[in-house]
Amino acid sequence: MAPEAGGARVIGRLSDDPIRVEELLRAGSSADGAVTVFVGRVRDHNHGRPVIRLHYEAYGEMAERELAAILDETAGRWTLSHLEAVHRTGTLELGELSVAIVVAAPHRATAYEASRHVIEEIKRRLPIWKREEYADGETEWVGPAPSEA
Amino acid sequence: MTVTILLFAVYRELANTASLDLELPAEATVRDAMDRLRSLPGLGCLPAEPTVAVNREYSSLERDLRPGDEIALIPAVAGG
Repeated sequence: MAPEAGGARVIGRLSDDPIRVEELLRAGSSADGAVTVFVGRVRDHNHGRPVIRLHYEAYGEMAERELAAILDETAGRWTLSHLEAVHRTGTLELGELSVAIVVAAPHRATAYEASRHVIEEIKRRLPIWKREEYADGETEWVGPAPSEA
Repeated sequence: MTVTILLFAVYRELANTASLDLELPAEATVRDAMDRLRSLPGLGCLPAEPTVAVNREYSSLERDLRPGDEIALIPAVAGG
């Protein structure tokens, strides 16, 4: 489903399957001079502790609704032609993509700004939780870092 | 009235269940539901002002509840 918001094609979803960036790169049209792709990846450490994999748990129905709201707000604020965000759920190995945000727009400034806005709002609002699994076999639910900016 | 509580992540593990039903008086607010939850096994450590959603939208603790409402406890989110 791809409702129009502010003239942009808007798609937001959660995925249990790996994110394929090459499919997302077809976004937009020849009128769009700029396409930004932001991806988040599973990192091998957190606060100095070696991480071996992650598990994302989501309140699925609310997360999809909240993601749609974030994307609609973003499409209403900037002039975009395509705005798409995918967030993973389930078990992710090191290096796997946890989130991808693709923005196509006539100009790069709007594409960058919109992309940044979407990831910050995802981190602030999306009801998704992360359990890290460490090299020593322990696991822990982790909150957001105090300053990840 | 009966409302449903959804528990995620650390709250789900503390309570050892993903959902439960609460029986509350007719005039109850979200805050009343949280006070009741604190008396259940594993949930005594709920913060005084937990983040909650009612029917899949973030909500204040002062919201009046209706029968059948779905109240989710939202631990610190960590998406991205």
